[in-house]
Amino acid sequence: MSTETTPALEMVDVSRIHGRGDAAVHALRGLHLTVLPGELVAVMGPSGSGKSTLLNLAGGLDQATAGKVRVAGEELGSLSKGALAALRRRKVGYVFQDYNLIPSLTAVENIALPLELDRVRTREALAQARAALAEVGLEGLDDRFPDDLSGGQQQRVAIARAVVGDRGLILADEPTGALDSQTGEQVLALLRARCDLGASALLVTHEARHAGWADRVVFLRDGAVVDEAGSAVTPAAFLAGRP
Amino acid sequence: MHTQYMSIRHGLLALLEREPMYGYQLRTEFDTATGSTWPLNVGQVYTTLARLERDGLVAAGEQDDDGKVRYAITDAGRAELREWFGTPVEATDRPRDELAIKLALAVTVPGVDVASVVQRQRASTMTSMQDLTRLKRSGDPSLSWSLVLDAMRFQLEAELRWLDHCETVLTRTGAPR
Ligand SMILES: Nc1ncnc2c1ncn2[C@@H]1O[C@H](COP(=O)(O)OP(=O)(O)OP(=O)(O)O)[C@@H](O)[C@H]1O
Ligand SMILES: [Mg+2]
Repeated sequence: MSTETTPALEMVDVSRIHGRGDAAVHALRGLHLTVLPGELVAVMGPSGSGKSTLLNLAGGLDQATAGKVRVAGEELGSLSKGALAALRRRKVGYVFQDYNLIPSLTAVENIALPLELDRVRTREALAQARAALAEVGLEGLDDRFPDDLSGGQQQRVAIARAVVGDRGLILADEPTGALDSQTGEQVLALLRARCDLGASALLVTHEARHAGWADRVVFLRDGAVVDEAGSAVTPAAFLAGRP
Repeated sequence: MHTQYMSIRHGLLALLEREPMYGYQLRTEFDTATGSTWPLNVGQVYTTLARLERDGLVAAGEQDDDGKVRYAITDAGRAELREWFGTPVEATDRPRDELAIKLALAVTVPGVDVASVVQRQRASTMTSMQDLTRLKRSGDPSLSWSLVLDAMRFQLEAELRWLDHCETVLTRTGAPR
């Protein structure tokens, strides 16, 4: 398979059961989802429907009970710990529902960290981090620590950290929850622009206006996709049509 | 006016799906089902019934002892009704509140899968949202046009939230699904 036809993310018949016996929670039940290169896909669904679980599995932060998860053609379940960590660093940008910034690092250091872990030279990493910070509208706040930023500003630092470098797959869990509507739209415009340049993004959101930026919107209920809106071209048809 | 007439027409068919009714009875039942948000006058009811009868969608019964006539839905009327419930309301040609009225009636008509009416509508409304967002991204960047598009996007967002709300309520009350 050439890289062009390889989906950025492929989830095949994926289930995730937390706990056992009577206490077992079926967070995902036989879920199928494909995200193509250049696609922005939004995931909507009520609280507890499995949205964060889906994203955690896609980002290799959690393991499926059954089924296969492939990122850029690599099956996560078959990778060694080291290989999985490297793939996460290089190919996946993650915006957590609760930001997950490192309190002892400044805004710009937080953003540069994944690049530095990937052996980008410090000066270069910091320059890219500053540019990303400006892209989310926070120029000048480079040296602030997370505790000295508002919730919405912290959220935007987390977004900058996820999009910095050439990450092919951006996973964002409610990245606009703490933002006012105009700032939220700017974040969506940013994700959209990344996808238009060939990246892929999976976005969990409660806000229909933000989901409107996506090529496709999938609706989750009780751990499965129940419906889909958008794009007349399904991934299967798209892939079949490629030479 | 045309689309509003269409909705009264389907509203009456929905009520007749339950049982045959007199004209005046249809008017009261319509008010009850829609919480009087869209009151009908008797004239509208009888004109609509006459047209429905002309189109073969309802049939007038025998006169009873008081000389009054009950109307019953025909098979063609039933097919028309299923078609209506099966078709999402388009964002572009929507008369005010048609969607609310459609759902209000859907829960009262036996055999209608309300959850799937909600689901189909949600997918359709979300597709309109995507279309408007695409317009906003690609079209004329003038501020006023952009604000008008935003007004429409906020309206669709409110509708989608309301649909989610309907679904939650339906799930909790175990209403017909
Ligand atoms: N570690 C865990 N142990 C047990 N159950 C879990 C665990 N993590 C998640 N769950 C359960 O799995 C289901 C799906 O959770 P998930 O966090 O994916 O929902 P969500 O759609 O992201 O909800 P929200 O919109 O509230 O963030 C829920 O019922 C949740 O309680
Ligand atoms: Mg969640």
